[in-house]
Formats: sequence, structure tokens, C-alpha cells
Amino acid sequence: MSCCAPGTEGAAEVARLAHALPSSEELLLASRSVGEGLRQSELSVPGVHCGACITAVEGALKALPAVVRARVNLSTRRVSVVWMEDMDGLRTDPQAFAAAIRATGYDTHLFSLTTEGDDALRNQLIRAVAVAGFAATNIMLLSVSVWSGAEAATRDLFHWISAFIAGPTLIYAGRFFYQSAWNALRHGRTNMDVPIALAITLSYTVSLWETLHSAEHVWFDATVSLLFFLLIGRALDHIMRDRARSAITGLARLSPRGAMVVRPDGTRDYRPVEEIAVGEHLSISAGERIPVDCRVLSGASDVDRSIVNGESDPLAAGPGTQLEAGAMNLTGSLLVEAVATARNSFLSEVIGLMEAAEGGRARYRRIADRAAQIYSPVVHFLALVSFLGWGFYDGDWKHAMLVAIAVLIITCPCALGLAVPVVQVVAAGRLFAGGVMVKDGSAMERLAEIDTAVFDKTGTLTLGKPRLVDREAVNRSHLALAAALAAHSRHPLSMALAAANAGPMPVIETVGEIAGGGLEAATSQGMLRLGSRAFACGKAVVGEEAHGLSEVVLWRDGVVLETFRFEDALRTGAAEAITALKRERIEMAILSGDRAPAVSRVAGMLGIGHWRAALSPREKTEEVAERTAAGRRVLMVGDGINDAPALAAAHVSIAPATAADVGRQAADFVFLHESLEAIPFAFETARRADRLIRQNFALAVGYNVIAVPVAILGHATPLIAAIAMSTSSIIVVLNSLRLRGELPAFATRATDEARLTTPVVQAA
Amino acid sequence: MNTLIFLIPIALFLGGLGLAAFLWSLKSGQYDDVEGAAWRVLDDGEDKPGR
Repeated sequence: MSCCAPGTEGAAEVARLAHALPSSEELLLASRSVGEGLRQSELSVPGVHCGACITAVEGALKALPAVVRARVNLSTRRVSVVWMEDMDGLRTDPQAFAAAIRATGYDTHLFSLTTEGDDALRNQLIRAVAVAGFAATNIMLLSVSVWSGAEAATRDLFHWISAFIAGPTLIYAGRFFYQSAWNALRHGRTNMDVPIALAITLSYTVSLWETLHSAEHVWFDATVSLLFFLLIGRALDHIMRDRARSAITGLARLSPRGAMVVRPDGTRDYRPVEEIAVGEHLSISAGERIPVDCRVLSGASDVDRSIVNGESDPLAAGPGTQLEAGAMNLTGSLLVEAVATARNSFLSEVIGLMEAAEGGRARYRRIADRAAQIYSPVVHFLALVSFLGWGFYDGDWKHAMLVAIAVLIITCPCALGLAVPVVQVVAAGRLFAGGVMVKDGSAMERLAEIDTAVFDKTGTLTLGKPRLVDREAVNRSHLALAAALAAHSRHPLSMALAAANAGPMPVIETVGEIAGGGLEAATSQGMLRLGSRAFACGKAVVGEEAHGLSEVVLWRDGVVLETFRFEDALRTGAAEAITALKRERIEMAILSGDRAPAVSRVAGMLGIGHWRAALSPREKTEEVAERTAAGRRVLMVGDGINDAPALAAAHVSIAPATAADVGRQAADFVFLHESLEAIPFAFETARRADRLIRQNFALAVGYNVIAVPVAILGHATPLIAAIAMSTSSIIVVLNSLRLRGELPAFATRATDEARLTTPVVQAA
Repeated sequence: MNTLIFLIPIALFLGGLGLAAFLWSLKSGQYDDVEGAAWRVLDDGEDKPGR
């Protein structure tokens, strides 16, 4: 069990895991109270795959004093942690759990797809499947002996036993269909469940009547096995059902609870964000989120707006700068004046856009529903025609009734009911193995239809983290010196510099941070400065922005020692993913909120012709809507808050697991591994699933074309009905299983990355 | 015919036993983490299923 060897990962592995942990506030809000001062959090750990992983993750968590219980679920790749809210009067910081898991070498994300309510219905359905399965097998065994020629008395006995088993089963396991059929009829509609409910009720009633009169043929076996197969389909369908989206509530979570209001007389007061009025002065310290849209009055800082507008470089904020709610204040404290109330702030605008956008997708109707709409009236019509036809033809209305029931049973959409859910469950399993979570079944159908893909830049095509360019070309000692300075700052470029330095670095104790400029320190070797060229050299330099790279200058006593250039590194597999999508003739575009040079650089590197920069969330949504209006089916891939309305507006959407909570909630798919190759993988799987669904429909309809005339002509005995029904269902299931098969290389690689002791095999 | 009198109840009883066992295992959460259970067998620590 040494396959994992946690903690032995090399530098590359650490770099791979370098992206941000879920924030404490998100973690706290996603956890739920389980009573007695305990809370429970669910974290997704996509890397776990064996016993040693379980021990490592659980061990690391249990070592924390606040953790009461920690349990890894290997099937869902999640860990649930139960922890104490307060420890000796101190509030627990849930980020420590994520950090502890990260420290063992496993990546972790927050995953708050709550499924508690769903589980009750799912368990009811599984229980019903079990009961129906029990009844079906026993009745079928009795039927087989009847078919092989039991004498009259035994036959009657067997029929009675079957009736006693089938009756309660119909009520217990059939209630889902009765309820749904009743709901449809009450509202004057008809759905797939109406012929099902009719068929099972009529066939049971007639069989009971026949049993009372010691007849030769009864339909109990067909009734119950019909129920059994349909319930399997229903249970699988439920698992793939659309989950309620809570994207909008997720958004509201990101805005801070309150803010420090500074009164004109200088007193300070912490007030909830809703009570902040326009014109009030607020104090925002480093590390806090901006509570409402505001303008800076005094102070200087760097503000990370990446989550708001996708801009990769922090904005240097000084007096007069406008800031949006939700942005993160990084380096210095600010005194600001509110220019909008919480209700009119940036986040609320996004919420409004999303509400408008989400209505659009609700119009999509699933393949199964569309099929049912055609199928169900046809079935009713056929049954009615055969009933009347036989009734008037030979005047024997009981026989006419039996034929009508046979038609209903034979045409009953067993195979049709299984055709979609089985494929979707198999496809979702394949996607999960490749690190892609599917939020609902219809998303897969929609993904198969796309012809346009629109990407966000920061955090999606790129990692959203700066990386030092040409590390080899930089003087070692200069890098070490810069890293020593940078270690004192939380500015993203500083953190990238500190991370880039592999060797030892000198110790510099007192470092001053000039917000919006850089760092400064007086050492025995002289005066050191690290920061923008304008700050370090004391003069403005033109043309700095033109190359799309950010740069930092190391300066000592008037001499520029070194210029460090940073790029926002491309996500692994980005180039491969774009190439694969191009091969499928998907039209692609980049919609970014970032500055034009940075976007054009990424577009050039990936060979994407269409790109637009400096877009607001509204403009992104409009771009998507425009393409939709032109008849295109758009896939949106994005991660920020600014992408959320576009994610909701697109035909189908994908977000990385590192996305803002809102982005994850708004998207239909979430990919857990870092590689962007997950997107062509998901697309290819969806395409294949779509093809299989159509094949399954063809099989089911083809079977009906053969079986229905037999039934209408009155030749369908219970034996024929039972055999025909079962074989068509089994063929459909077997056909669906063809979707399983080899996972692509990137998914295998992602799993193998954790087990360094075994060589990485099969990169086919 | 005579043998059927006791054979059928036995068959139904055994089938019912299997059904009851399945419903019980479902209720006690034995299918929550099928893959993990296979590895936990090898773990020397506490092995009670929990939440």
C-alpha cells in the first residue's frame, strides 16, 4: 500500500497545487450545523484512490484539535469533516482543514452540491426496485412452471399466489407512476406514466378476473416485470435529474456581512452591509472584501479584481479609484465613500443578470420528454383502436379488452424508459472517472449539440496566477534577494517571486510596503526596492503595458539589478483542448474582462481568432445571447463572478473546480483535475452518449414495429409479451454499456500523479 | 402437489429473507462507499461505518 507515498511529491507537484485554497468564509457558509456546537463540511478530494490515501487524508484531519470526525468516501472522492465551532473560546478556521489536506499532497475543493433532500426519494425508489424485483422473479418462476404445462389445480394455485404477490407490489412500487399519472391527468395533460398506470392496473384487474374463473392465461408476470424494468429506469433517471441551482444564493454569500463605518466625528461602528447608505465613509483593511461599490477617499492599496472582472493584475488603488463590491483589498487599508447601496452594487447587478438568463435554459426539453410527447398519444390510440376493432369484429368485448391490454403492455416504454437514463448514468460514471462532475442529465444532451465554445481567460484558459518567465535567464542571487523581499508581501506578483526561488535566501527583517508601488528595505548592502518600474526608478515609463506581460524591477541604490517578467501561465492541456475542439469544427472565442494586450497574447498562443477584451458581465452575457440568437448553440467555459451570468445564459456551461462558488453553481459541468482537456473529453463523451441514446430509441421503436402488429392481431400471449419486453430492455442496457471503455490519457495521468513510485504507464 | 404446500412457502420465505437483507443493508448505509470499504478492510484502525 505504498502506492501513494504522500508527502514525497516533487517541486512540480507542489507547483501544480499552488492555486488558491477555498476561502474561510466560503467554507464556513457551505458547512452545516449538526447540533451541539458541531458543524459538518464536505470537501472534494479528486486525488484519493486507495487505502493509503484514505489513511493519509483522515489522519491529517484527525490530527487537528478541532476535528471530531473525518471520513473519506472513496466512491464520491469526498471527505466529510465534523468539527467544533469553538475551541477554547476561539472560532475555528475551516480553511485549516483544506490546508491540512493540501499539505498531504492532495488537491482539494469546496463542493457544496447538497443532495440531502434527493436522497430520501432515491432510497424510496431503490427500495421499490428491490420489492418489484423480488415480486418479478418469484412470479416469473411460477409462470415458467405454468408455461411448461402444470395441471389445472396447480396452475390455479400458482395464479393465486402470483395475485397475492403482485397486488401489494403494485400498490407499493407502482405508486410513483400512479401519482405522476394522476398529476398529469388532473391538469388535463397526458404523459408517459398514463399508459403505464393504465397497463398495469388493467392487466392486473383482468388477470384477477381470469384467475377467479380458472382461466389458462394470466398477466401477473408481465405486469410486475414491466413495473420492475420501468422502476429501474425511473431510479436511474432520478439520479440524473436536474438539481436545483442555488447559484444566486451562492452569489449573495460572497458579499461581506458587514463593514466598518467611520462616522463624521471619527467613531467607528461595524454595521451590516444592508444598512450602509450612499455617502457614508467606510474603512477597509488589507485582506477584506469591498462591501459595496465605492470610491477611494484616502489610502493606497492593490485591489484584486480578478473574481469581479477577470483582470489578472491587481489594480493600484488611490484616491478617486472606483471599486466594485466583491473585490479583494490586498495590501493597504483604505478609507472609502459608498457610492451605491448593497442592493444597487455590482454583485446585485450580477444577480439580476443571472435571474434573467436562467429563464432561457428552462425552455430546453429533454429528449425523453420529447419522445414521450409523440409516443404516449400513439400508444393510447393504438390500444383504443384494437379494442374497438376487435369488439366490433367478433362481438367478444372481453377478448377485445385482452388484446387492448396486450397492446398496452407490449408498447409500454420499458426500453424507451431505460434508453436515456442508462446511457446517462454510464456516461456520468465515465465523466466522473475522468474528473468531470455532471450536475444534471439534460446538460449532457445539450453539450452534445454545441457548435460554438466561448472561453473566459483568467482562471479558465490560464491559471489566474502569475508565473516568472525565463527563470533560467535570471541571476540566481538577484532572484534570492528579490524573493527575500517578496516574502513579506501578499501581492500576487510577490508571492509568485517567492515561489520561484528554489534555493536559500537572505533574511531581511524590516520591509516597508508602499501600496500600489512595491516594497522597500534598508539593508547593510544598501537601499533595496522591489516593485513597478515607476516606483523603483522614481519615474514613469511609457510602453510598459504594450507587451501584455507584468514586470517587477529589483533596484539597489539607483541601479536596476534585474527585471522580472511574469506571465499568467496557460492551464495544462489548454493547447491540446483547443486543438481537439478545432478538429470537431467548433467555433471558438475568448471573452475576457482583462486588458486587451493580455487577452490577445493568450489568443495568439492558442490560435483563437475571435477575442474581445475588457468586457463587463453584462457585455459577456450579451455576446453569448447574440450568438444564441444567431442560431448557434454556445458552450461557455468560465470561472469568475463576472462569468456567472454568461454561464447561466449559455446553452451549456463548464467551470473548473477552482472557480468562484457562483461560477461552480451556475455551470452544468465542473471539472476537478487541472487539465483543460476535460472539455473535449466531456464533449466527446456527451456526443457518444447522444449517439447511443438515439440508437436505443431506434432499437426500442424497431422492436415495437415488430411486436405491435403481433399484439394487435391478438397473438400476444403472456409468454410472448414477457419475453419480448425483457429482451428489448436487456438489449438497450447492453448497448448503453458500450460507452464505458478506456479513459483518455489526461485522466489517467491525473490519477497517476499521486503515485510516484509506480511509473506512469499507458499514455496512449 | 403435496410437496408444493411446503416448498412454495420455503421458496418465498428465502426470497423474502434476501429482500429484507437488501433493504437492511441499504438502510444501514452499506452502499455509501463501496470502493472505500474494500480498502478499509486492510486498515488496522477503527472500522465502524459512520457518517
